[in-house]
Amino acid sequence: MTDTTQTVEMKPKRTSARPGTLALLLNNSLATGGLIVLVAICLIALAAPLLPLADPDVTAPVDRLQPVFSDGHLLGTDHLGRDLLSRLIWGTRVSLAVGLSATVIAAFFGSLLGLVAGYAGGRVDTLIMRGIDMVMAFPYILLALAIVAVLGPGLLNALYAIALVNIPFFARNIRGITLGLSRREFVDAARLSGKSPAQILFLEILPNVLPVIVITMSTTVGWMILETAGLSFLGLGAQPPQADLGSMLGEGRKILFTAPHVSVIPGLMIFALVMSINLFGDGVRDVLDPRLRAGSLTRPVARTAVERGDAPVPPPSGKGGVLDVRDMRTEFEIGGSVYKAVGGVDLTLAAGECLGIVGESGSGKSVTAMSIMGLVPTPPGRIAGGAAYLDGEDLFAVSDRRIRKLRGSAVAYVFQDPLSTLHPLFTVGDQLREAIGTHQPLSAAEVKARAIELLSLVRIPNAKERLSAYPHELSGGMRQRVCIAMALANDAKVLIADEPTTALDVTVQSQILTLMNGLRRDRNAAILFITHDFGVVSAICDRVAVMYAGRIVETGRTNEVLASPQHPYTAKLIECVPVLGEPERRLDAIEGRPPVVNNLPDGCAFADRCGRVRPECRSGEIALVISREDRGVRCLYPLNTEGAA
Amino acid sequence: MAAYIARRLLAAIPVLFGLTIIVFLIMAMIPGDPATAILGSYATPENVARLNRELGLDKTLFEQYVIWIGNLFQGDLGRSYTLNRPVLDEVLERFSATLILAGTSLVLCSVFGLLAGIVSAVRQYGWADKIITLLVLVGISTPSFWLGLILILIFAVNLRLFPASGMYAIYGGSDLPDLIHHLTLPALTLSVVATGVIARLTRTAMLEVLRQDYIRTARAKGLSERKVIYKHAFKSALVGVVPVIGIQAGFVIGGAVYIETVFQWPGIGSMLVTAISTRDLLLVQGGVLVVAAAYVLFNLFADVVQTLLDPRLR
Repeated sequence: MTDTTQTVEMKPKRTSARPGTLALLLNNSLATGGLIVLVAICLIALAAPLLPLADPDVTAPVDRLQPVFSDGHLLGTDHLGRDLLSRLIWGTRVSLAVGLSATVIAAFFGSLLGLVAGYAGGRVDTLIMRGIDMVMAFPYILLALAIVAVLGPGLLNALYAIALVNIPFFARNIRGITLGLSRREFVDAARLSGKSPAQILFLEILPNVLPVIVITMSTTVGWMILETAGLSFLGLGAQPPQADLGSMLGEGRKILFTAPHVSVIPGLMIFALVMSINLFGDGVRDVLDPRLRAGSLTRPVARTAVERGDAPVPPPSGKGGVLDVRDMRTEFEIGGSVYKAVGGVDLTLAAGECLGIVGESGSGKSVTAMSIMGLVPTPPGRIAGGAAYLDGEDLFAVSDRRIRKLRGSAVAYVFQDPLSTLHPLFTVGDQLREAIGTHQPLSAAEVKARAIELLSLVRIPNAKERLSAYPHELSGGMRQRVCIAMALANDAKVLIADEPTTALDVTVQSQILTLMNGLRRDRNAAILFITHDFGVVSAICDRVAVMYAGRIVETGRTNEVLASPQHPYTAKLIECVPVLGEPERRLDAIEGRPPVVNNLPDGCAFADRCGRVRPECRSGEIALVISREDRGVRCLYPLNTEGAA
Repeated sequence: MAAYIARRLLAAIPVLFGLTIIVFLIMAMIPGDPATAILGSYATPENVARLNRELGLDKTLFEQYVIWIGNLFQGDLGRSYTLNRPVLDEVLERFSATLILAGTSLVLCSVFGLLAGIVSAVRQYGWADKIITLLVLVGISTPSFWLGLILILIFAVNLRLFPASGMYAIYGGSDLPDLIHHLTLPALTLSVVATGVIARLTRTAMLEVLRQDYIRTARAKGLSERKVIYKHAFKSALVGVVPVIGIQAGFVIGGAVYIETVFQWPGIGSMLVTAISTRDLLLVQGGVLVVAAAYVLFNLFADVVQTLLDPRLR
């Protein structure tokens, strides 16, 4: 219970002191570094008139092409003998001013167009967006070149050109957000309270759009500085004697072979400027757009990490099932707190038997199923203890290679939503053939024949033609049949079905259940059937285990548990199943919510929602009491005990 | 599928028309009198009037557009007054050189970008990921025209491995080794930024895909990690990356303007820069139009590839 107290202590700290935007930004060391460099460059550029610099435009032919670190010229001189340090700082000033102005202009007009298009909708939207599309149909720099060609070379014209070609980026981004916002309740409320469209747009919507504008600005400003420098480099931007970083580079290029420092130095400055802006911009984006924050997209590895602190539990002696799960514990570590999704689960599954695991969402039943073959995503998940024995082989101790061999052949899975669990870009046949070919050394023709056979087995009509269908072309029931066919491809000993019928309508659900039941009888496969629905359990399961807050609270033969539930939670769950012809039956969900598994209370986890709770229920460890061979309950004051005894 | 491609081609026609309108309007918006601009400020009024008549500038804007587009359909984009040859001939000749450069760069950035992105995603937070992420940041922050100069300094001046310029004979006379010799530096330089962008996007797309349910299904089937990543995850990630490669084509062609100038590559970019400084506006107009049309067609191609990859889009 030390973990619990730790998390309790941590909680208020995290909620009361939610870090501000700036604090989050400074947390990111790269963004901080970028900000420091950027601020330093900006300060130096701003202070240019105050610094003891040589006049950037005074030529001194005698001192031409002085190298770096020469006397009086720290960075040397160019082909006209002008001091490079001074020109660099003054040039940076110009480049910064031009880049920032272009960004502000593009942001202003682009956001305005986007706001109007997104809010007005209809014809205005179509008109504006078609125009934007048209501009975006041009390669970006090319359009800027065309504009400069018309306006004539010059720094201001380059600025306009770069600003103009960037307007579409802003318009598109802002329009999308505005479109979403203008259908929200607060906008409706403002409209009903008689505010004018302009008021709604600028007082209600604009503040919500502002973060997006800032993100787009921070990600484009570096680019705009680069592009204006590029136009100057080509001789189309700043005209002599005025100089920005790009035109310095362009002039230096002519003497690249004799005095490389003249072009290398301004290029380095552009690089430092743009790099620091990009680092900072990425940081800003991460803070303002948490969806993109690094770490929110963590890649799960191929197999759940196993970190068993204690020695693994030995396999049960004597008659074990085909699958024996002993004291299995699975945890998730998220943001410093540990969620004990599965807190010590024991299961035994004999060949040809169907065991149901029932519980509300969040009870840990799916995690239990995934843990067995190491399919719980790591990070953040890990198996923290216990063991799972498949025919006496500890699945948490075998090699990755071995587990890969067992997956899909000895133990096969059927998952909940067949649309998301089938790969959308491969045909049903591809996926089925892959399942067969991975574990059986068959020729292509044999694999195909087997695939057709499997599809017929799960009663898919026109099996041969269906092989070339994509998942989205099939109905939900058909897709789930394909998933079941895939699971059956290698005559698995254990079939783990994780809510296989939840996404399906009732008729299809009963067809799938009948199908699975038939297959179990025919092939003597064991089924671990995860569901939240006691109705489904009664249709297919021999035995049932009820899970709550990561532990089994009651287990027994299905008909016994259904007829005389002993745990108050089981009783409530059974009450939730509607029965035909009993309309007066109470169908209200169980009051309250299951406890969060990073902060489990002492004693019974169900105590807070239990009508029969007594003080003793809230302390100590409550054991799963096995009353008869396969009947057990984790409750101090069970129901219906006389009936079961 | 054929019907889809036909539909997409039809949809591209209004876009192409839109392009001609924009290009035409930009050129029509030139401040001042184009005839004076072409002839210079010392031209006599009679000469100006005659040139205006010759250029059709005494007619309304709409009439001018109709005449212009009519000529365009006959392959007549006017005559370059600086080169004294038909604009279309010059533009097509230059464009083929740009296609070689930009096409090579696009292949390079696609291959390197996708590979780097995959490695980065698979080794998330590992050393390879950190190094790639840093290189990507450096790559997209480096001015390509400056990088070109640096590469010339290193590989052409100091190491003497590749030439700094001198690609004059794209049309006839040059053999493949010579072409590759001249192409290496500019193509590499041009591909750097796009490689970074594609790598970044591929990484995000791969990470997104690897969390999908169907990847768990692939693992539950007992597939090797290599198949899970390079077959199941990569194909899905590619669907998102292909349109970005299409967009990057635009940036590569645009970037070619700098790179062609730096390496004196006889392509359309360096032609445009010269034409702008000599105010040869018909040449600018023709060049912009041809490149923009090619870009539209390439994006069409990217769309079709995306649809081939993803049956749901058909």
